[in-house]
Parts: sequence; structure tokens; C-alpha cells
Amino acid sequence: MKLGLVVDLDTCVGCHACGTACKQWNTSGTIGPLSDERPYEKDPSGSWLNRIRTYEVGDSPHSKTVNMPMSCMHCEDAACVTVCPTGASYKREEDGIVLIDQDKCMGCNLCSWACPYGARELDPNSGTMKKCTLCVDRIYDEQLPEAERQPACVLTCPTSSRVFGDFDDPDSEVSKLTRERAGQQLMPELGYNPVNTYLPPRNPKQQDQIQVSAMQGVKQLVNRIINR
Amino acid sequence: MTQRQDLPQFEDHSKQEHRYTTCYMCACRCGIKVTVEDEKIRFVQGNPDHPVNKGVLCAKGNSAIMKQLSPAKLTQPMLRKAGTERGAGEFEPISWDAALDMLTARLANIRATDPKKLAYFTGRDQMQALTGLWASQFGTINWAAHGGFCSVNMAAAGLYTMGHSFWEFGDPDWENTKYFMMWGVAEDHASNPIKLGLKRIKERGAKFVAVNPVRTGYQAIADEWVSITPGTDGMFALSMLQVLLREGLVDDEFLIRYTNAPQLVINNPGKQGDGLLLRDAEGNPQVWDQHTDGVQSALSPDVAPALLGTYKAPCGTPVRTAFSILMEKYMVPEYSPKAAAKACGIKADDIERIALEMAHVAFKETITIDTEWTDWAGRKQSQFIGRPVSMHAMRGISAHSNGFQTCRAIHLLQVVLGTVDCPGGHLAKPPFPKHIVPPIKPAKGNAPNTPLESAPLGFPTQPEDLVIDENGKPRRIDKAYSWDAPIANHGLMHMVISNAVAGDPYPIDTLMLFMANMAWNSSMNTAQTMDMLRAKDDKGDYKIPFIVTCDAFHSETVNFSDLVLPDTTFLERYDTISMLDRPISEVDAACDSIRQPILAIDRDVRSWQEVMVDIAGRLKFPAFTNEEGEPKYAGYEDFIVNFERAPGIGFLAGWRGKDGEKSLRGEPNPNQWQAYKDNQCFFKFELEPNQRYMRHANKDYMELAKEAGWVGTTDQIVIEIYSETMQKFRLAGQGLYDGPQPTEEHHKERLKTYFDPLPFYYPPLEQQRTDATEYPFYAVNQRPMFMYHSWDSQNSWLRQIMSQNYLYMHRSKGEALGIKDFGWAWVESHNGRIRAQVKLMEGVNPETVWTWNAIGKQQGAWGLSDDANESQQGFLMNHLINELLPGESEAGGQRMTNSDPITGQAAWYDLRVKITPVSDEDNELAGQNLSWPRFDKVQPLPNYTPASKMSSYSSHPNVNLRRGWRDIFSRGEK
Repeated sequence: MKLGLVVDLDTCVGCHACGTACKQWNTSGTIGPLSDERPYEKDPSGSWLNRIRTYEVGDSPHSKTVNMPMSCMHCEDAACVTVCPTGASYKREEDGIVLIDQDKCMGCNLCSWACPYGARELDPNSGTMKKCTLCVDRIYDEQLPEAERQPACVLTCPTSSRVFGDFDDPDSEVSKLTRERAGQQLMPELGYNPVNTYLPPRNPKQQDQIQVSAMQGVKQLVNRIINR
Repeated sequence: MTQRQDLPQFEDHSKQEHRYTTCYMCACRCGIKVTVEDEKIRFVQGNPDHPVNKGVLCAKGNSAIMKQLSPAKLTQPMLRKAGTERGAGEFEPISWDAALDMLTARLANIRATDPKKLAYFTGRDQMQALTGLWASQFGTINWAAHGGFCSVNMAAAGLYTMGHSFWEFGDPDWENTKYFMMWGVAEDHASNPIKLGLKRIKERGAKFVAVNPVRTGYQAIADEWVSITPGTDGMFALSMLQVLLREGLVDDEFLIRYTNAPQLVINNPGKQGDGLLLRDAEGNPQVWDQHTDGVQSALSPDVAPALLGTYKAPCGTPVRTAFSILMEKYMVPEYSPKAAAKACGIKADDIERIALEMAHVAFKETITIDTEWTDWAGRKQSQFIGRPVSMHAMRGISAHSNGFQTCRAIHLLQVVLGTVDCPGGHLAKPPFPKHIVPPIKPAKGNAPNTPLESAPLGFPTQPEDLVIDENGKPRRIDKAYSWDAPIANHGLMHMVISNAVAGDPYPIDTLMLFMANMAWNSSMNTAQTMDMLRAKDDKGDYKIPFIVTCDAFHSETVNFSDLVLPDTTFLERYDTISMLDRPISEVDAACDSIRQPILAIDRDVRSWQEVMVDIAGRLKFPAFTNEEGEPKYAGYEDFIVNFERAPGIGFLAGWRGKDGEKSLRGEPNPNQWQAYKDNQCFFKFELEPNQRYMRHANKDYMELAKEAGWVGTTDQIVIEIYSETMQKFRLAGQGLYDGPQPTEEHHKERLKTYFDPLPFYYPPLEQQRTDATEYPFYAVNQRPMFMYHSWDSQNSWLRQIMSQNYLYMHRSKGEALGIKDFGWAWVESHNGRIRAQVKLMEGVNPETVWTWNAIGKQQGAWGLSDDANESQQGFLMNHLINELLPGESEAGGQRMTNSDPITGQAAWYDLRVKITPVSDEDNELAGQNLSWPRFDKVQPLPNYTPASKMSSYSSHPNVNLRRGWRDIFSRGEK
């Protein structure tokens, strides 16, 4: 299995629901707690496993706003794993999830320097590295209703812009979406072969798709006999 | 996925419990499923079965844990310390018994002498059916909720035009619409349903056009972003209407069958009765029937009314159809796309094209649903015809002083295209549509120890309905329903403090506020509002003698209170989301819901619902007292079950009847709360397929609506594109009305100018009085999605996403002014100036600057440390906005409210500003990197414990997933 996420940039409105759902589930999850430093003070800062960035691309008038959620890509060739000196970071053979054994992490930060996606954050309290687990503590839990065996971010996304599944299965929704909507890896040129893909914004509905010329000069308003 | 043997047990489900309730972190009211273990929250998730959010949840709902854990939670009732000044923030704890004794004694005295001396105003609560009943039983006309400073323009324009509106009143038909236009919607109203809907339409390939000066949030995913100049949406809409009229692209069948477009209007300029509908002896409006070539009742099913034409009534009165007036009004150069382009900052070609695109979708891509239904006249119809163009509009339209007429203009577009309550169009949500307008008139006066004769708020249709005295002066403290704001259906909460301190129209004794931050971001002119709350008379007494605040958190307003009554959080109480109030229905189902306590209360706080019912019993309100004069209800739960507004109609519509077998109407069911709990805390009554569309003229639906008490009759709801109500007020302004008329010139002018029976565009009032050369920028604000409507708590997760707001402006303008990204600037309006940090961006109308609202906080409030970004760099735009219009006083020395002249809606977005870079000398003067103005620090409350510097929340010891040694030694190679 090659588990991962598809993120649909055509419909992501940048609401941050996935970010806080992730924080909420995982602070009590296997990777938690996700600590917050100075939670009610200047420059509050905590560990998050999923952050949403909003960018403007291009200058006016050729400019677009893009909302970009970023979490671990569960790379097939994960540099963060390679560089880990203690063996705390690993990629699971059975499903490809990249994890950090909290008992073995010494918080050296090498992995976060190696990760080009900014997906790893050092917990300010435990001093260990935290990252997306694809909610490994949800997706296999048979005591959860089957429909809820999904990462928390996917469950909560109000625009269903996040889809979870097995990229090894060509018939899975993630494979199909990636195929049909030309899903892209982020920065594939770096060679880490990220599993997650991003669906680019659809082309706006073209103006000539609606035949406005057919509407002009056809009709004049006159009284017709229409019964109430 | 299936359970893997190699995984540990991460969660001990045997220790966990799932409890359902309804979220309350904004007014969206999503169903939530809360997993609790050891009385701690493990997980809050959307309830997949819930009609509102269908399992999804926003960023706020997902941060509910941190709201619950906020250090700003109030813990006990408090009294301002004797001998200290109001606003100094020195309080001492007081017991609930003592607090309620004190309050009851004070209120009893007011009630026995002059009940209107209690002004009771509530913020973004969702229990107005209860608080309104309470106020009317108390006998004060001075009650309203926050609608007057939020979105009354939308509610009023919709109810006076189509009998429903946007948001709680109606939604786009997300499943069928092919063209969706969103007007002035930031991140708000409603949260998750709009996001669910946008996903649906994008999947189906419908076109999404977003009209908004700022390209954030929803606008970012629109197919087309129309970067309109703020406040000019009415011009844009009416210009598109001109295109449609010019090309004959109107749904004349819809107009003739379902609207008053063909009704005959008296054409007697300068004479009494001009502009009113021609009526027969029974009062029925008339049409020109093309079968008989004469005047007939407009309500008859057998007529073929002329849509256009000028005629003579049998009595000789010259008349013309409403639609003829409409043609004459809009087919003028003033509304041409070319003229609109200049006002709106939109290309004329785009205005033409968008109008024609909508017409194409409405008339060439029509859809039908083959369901037999019965129309208002009892005729069977074989299908519903859908014109799949839909719209949604909200605060960007509403918060302007031309918002009522602008919203009417948007509805007019919908009506002319025939897209109202049809498949693919804009659908009503039960209990809407209502007849135009609901037959409730605002209460006019009060008497000691006597409930009001009607509700404090209602729907005026003529000058006789105004709440004014014999001299034409306002009777309400907020001057709602006076000549200042005749159709102020939600009151003018933003005027209460200002008017009460000025003693205009009279001083009050007690101001009671619930869930409203009137000393900070919910008031215009914040710094001066603080001064008003502290203001004393010549004798040294406070001009507002007593201020009571009920809130769950330490807001800036708590600081200005004399008595503070601490509320629970939403996870600690019972509550109803009632169809008598602000319903959560869907387009195809009537719905309501409850809240139940998820967590036990761990502080000395009480839910305001309970306190309301308690005080109502103590004060012996008739509706809350039994024959022995004792309190009738044991508490809130008992009240909800047993109170009936009309026989069989109560706060909750589900599981009524003594055995819970009845829906919508039925006698009280003692087990009703349990029934809701057993059904995930919501009730959903699905409409039959033949009741789902054209409900304004659908007998199958109207019979159900009448039985449920949603409407009083099954008569057709005739959509009013022409508003006779507006014309009556206009006649009063012209001195041609046979009834109350204003005496002051400025009132006459307002009525003559703004009470147009057809929507029109006018520049917002403040802008009419502001020099555009001196103040070249429009200034607006919005809430971020992750804080939308979240009026309290300063959530420690959400403030990590944003703890400081910036002033955003277009890059080209910033560069021209020499302001760099993250530079500081003075922002100055007619009312004052603020200092703010600037961010430059592309996606904004170049003439417009904007910021995120309500991020800025007063130092010391909300449980935040003294150096928190919210108070050091965050800022409010409110300082720049005055609750009164700028410039000369009106005749009689009165300055008019900065509000819509029809509805009294607060005109937050009419602001114009100038921007200048902050110089080095300024920085010397005011300190580096600090926003301005600055305020005294709010003092900590008694027994306040500052939050720790590190938070590591978990509901149970986290179970680590260990990597095996074999895997480590083999470096993952097998």
C-alpha cells in the first residue's frame, strides 16, 4: 500500500479547518501532545502537522490567490528518514506512512532541515519532532465507524478538498483523481518522490462557453396573453 | 482499512463516550459529535447525519477544546467595587443569590415605574425568541438583538420583497444551479453550508461569479472575480437589469403569475394616493385584464394581466402597471453599463456579458422536475420549471447605508429572471417564505407592571405603525421605527449607548447586555464609546446608571459593567435552536435542534437561559407565573417543554404530543428533551417532493405551513417588486399621506429620496458627506474564516493562525505612497486616525483598503498577556467610524445616525480614509511597531490565574507507535 492524500486546490478556500482538526485529533493521538508555547502571549507558537498557506501568484491583472495546505508528503524516498541518526524516523513498509518513534527521537532537527516541505515541527515541550501520521491511529481502528476511518483533516474538510487513499491501487479515488485531474507532486525535481498530490485549479468556465450572443437582439418586451 | 495486529491500542474506547450537541462558535449551528473521556474532550467532529454540516466542521469547531479551556472564562458573579470608577476594572465577587436579589430589586422598581428605563440588548445570541418574550413580559420596548448592526438590510429587503431572503431564510439550490453569483460575502453567513455548496457546484461545472472588492476566501476559487468598488453593487445589479430589459430577457410568465409587476399603480403625481396600488372596494389590487379589456382583481386566477401599459381606471384615475414604471425607471442613461462601469469599477462589457450569461442559463438551460403539484388556485401543475441561476449576498451588501435598496435590486434581478424558489434558483427554507410582510407590528408603548401588547420588534407597513409619540418623536431608546429609521426591524443596537448617554430621546436606568462587546469591536467609535460608558452628569452620577453584562468570557465590555453575570460555555448548557427564532432549516426540510451539557460546570456560572427564566419568575411575569402567583417553570428545560406560543406550538417542533408522536404542532411532550437527545439533538421534517418549490404559490406547501403555524393563511404570497409600503412612507415625506407625517425637513427629504418603491442606487450617506479627494480610499473589513462570528474566548489555537491584523492595500497604491510591505501607516477618516501595519496585495480593488476585524484587543482583556500581539499591533477600524453621520447637524441640531435610512442598519462599510506613511518622528512619538490608539490596561479579575507558558493538551496519555529494533538495524531494508 502507498497511503497518502490528494489535495484539491480548485476548491480549497483556505479555511484552516484541516489544520485545526489535525491539531485537535493528534494532540491526544499517537504523536501527541502537540504543545503550544506562549499560548496566550506574544507570538504564540506551537507544533502543527498541517499548515495552510495562502499565496498570490502573479501581478495584477494576471494574479490568482491560491490556498495551499501543507503536511507531510510521505515521500517514497524520504530524506528525513535517511538523515535520522537514531532511527526514530522511518517509513512503514506496509503502507508507506512516514512516522517518528517518539521514544527514540532526540530532537536533533536534522530531519526538519532535510525536509523541503516544512512538514516537521519540533514540539516546544517534549523536544521531539512531530509530523503527520496520516492518522494511523484512526485509519486502522475498527472500533470507529468505517466511514470515519480517515485522517481527521479529510473527515472535516468543508469543501471535500482532501481525499485519502492508496496510490498503489489504480482504482482508488486518489489514483483516479490524480489521473483525471492531472494531480501534481510538489517539487518532484528534488527527487524525494512525494506520495501526496495536488489537483491544480480547474480552468475557469470559459466565457464563450455561454453563448451570450444568442441572447441579444432577439426579443422585445410586449404584452402576451398569459393567464395568472 | 482493517485493524493491523502490529499496532497498539491507541484509544481506550471503553473509557470514551460520544455525546451529540450543537456547535455555538458561530451562528452556523452545526451538529457536532463530541468524544469525551474522563470528563475531558477527546475529539469534536461534525455530525455526519446533521442537516446543516453533514459531517464537516470548520476551524473553529475543531478548536472547541481551546475555547473550553480559555483562561478568559468568567468564574463567578462580580460587582464593581464600591468607590471605584466604572471602567477601572476593579471588581469583587458576589454570590448568585445576592446578585440576583440586587438585580431583581432594581428591575422590579423599573418595571413598576417606567419599564422602558430598562434597555436590554443582546449580541450574537440565538435565543431571541426567549429574550424577546422576556422583554415583552417585562414591558420594555427597548429590546433588540444585534441584527441592526449586522444584516437587517438583507432580512428586511428579502421579507419586504419575496417573503424570504438569504442565509437562514433561503439558500441557492446547490444541487441544480448552473450559475451562481455571490455578492459581498467575505467568509461569513453561513460557514460550512456555503463551503459544501461551492464544492457541489464546482464539481458539476456550474459557473461561480464572486462580486467582492477583496479576493480572499471564496473569491479565490471563483471562476470570475468582479472586484467591485464598495457600496456600488446596487448600480451593478440595476445596470444588468437594464441589459435584460433592453433585450426582452425577462420571465414574463413568472412576473404575471407570481409578482405584483402587472398590478396597477395610481399615477397622480403631487396628489394624495399617488403611487399606491389601485384597489377595489374589497381592497384587492387590480390588473388590466386582456381578456375583458378592463380592470379586474389582481388575485383572480382567471385574468390575463397586461404586464405593460397605461390605462384609466373606471373611476377615471390614471393608472399604469408597476412594470411600466420599472421600465421607465431603469431604461435611462444613468443605469447604462457605461455609466455603471464608472461607478462600480467594472468594465461595461463585463456588465453586459454577465447579464446575458445569466439570461442564457435562465432561459436556454432551463431545467424541469416532473413532479405534480397544486398551485395557489388549486390547479394541478405537471412540473416545476427551473431557471438555474442562483445568488447569495451578505454583509458586503448589508453594511452600507444603501444596503436595503441594493439588496432589493439583487432580488429584483432574481425575480425578473424567474429564479425564485424554483429548481436551480434561490430556495426558501421553512418556515419561510412568509407573507409580505408577517402581520406583527412593533409594540408602541409600555405601562408599569404590564407586558407589551405585541412584540418589541415587528414589520411596519405604513406610517401608522411607527413607534413615535404624539409629537412624532422616537419612543425607543435606539430610535427604531421612528422617522430616522422607519423599517428598523432589528433595532439599532449601535445607537443605544450614544442615545442613552445623550438622554435622547430620554435617559435610561439600566442597560443589560448579553453576549455583545459594545465597549470594543461591536461599537462604532470605540474610544468615544468607552468615554460615554464612563460619562457622568453634573451631580456626579453615571449617565447610564447601571450596566449589567452577561458573558462567558472576560471581554472589554465586562470591564465597563457594574454587575457581571457569568455565563456557561456552549458545552455546558441546554439550549434550543428554534423555528420561532433563527431556524436551521434546509431548503427541503424544516429543522431545529438543541444543545445539551457535554461537560459538567466547574465554576460558579449559570446559563443565561436559566437566569432569564429565574428572573422572570421572581418578577412574576404573567407568562412565567401560575395562578398562585408562583413561578410556573422549574427552569429552562421545563419552560421549553411546556411553554406554548399558540396552542401546540412551542420552541421545539419535534416529538410533540404527549407521547412524542406529533411533528411541528402538538401538545407538550414531557419527554421531548430526551427524544432530541436520542436523535442526535436535532429534528428534521422533510418536505414532500411536491412541497419543495414555488412555495409562495404552492397550495400543497402552504397548507402544511399553515398547520405548522409558519403562515397565517394559505393565500398566495405575491412577490412585491413594487413596494407599496415604501411609497406610503414616501407620500408621508411629500406631505401627501393621510396619516402620520414627519414635521422636520430632513426627515421629509429622507423619505422622499430613499423610500422609493422600486430599488435604486444612491451613494452611501457618509460618502455623500465626505470629500473623496481628501479621503481617496474606501475602507472595509471582514472576519477570517477561522474566526468568523467567533465573538469570544481568544482561542489559543486560532490565534496562532492570526494574532495580528494588517491594513491591506493594493501594491500599486502602496508603492505610489511610498509604503512598503510591513511598513506602518496612519489611516485617517473624518472621525479620527489609527496607526496600522500595512501589507500589500494584488487581489483587492485598487481604491479599497481593508483589514480583518476584531483581531485587535484591549491590553489585559481576554486572558491575554500584556504583550500579546492583539493589543500591541492589532487594531480596530471602528475608531474611524462614527455612529453619527459627519458634517453639519440637521435642522433642529440633530445629527443623524450613520445607518441605512430605511432599516437603521449600521453602515460599517461606508467609510472613506486617507493613508500616509508613518514618519520617523511619529515613531519617536508613539513608540516603535505599536498600533494606535492605545488604551489603559484592563485589570485582571479577582482570582484570575494567568495561563501557563506552555500548554500540552491531551485527553489521555499518548500511546507511542514504536519502531521495532529489527527495522532500525536493517534501516528499513528487508
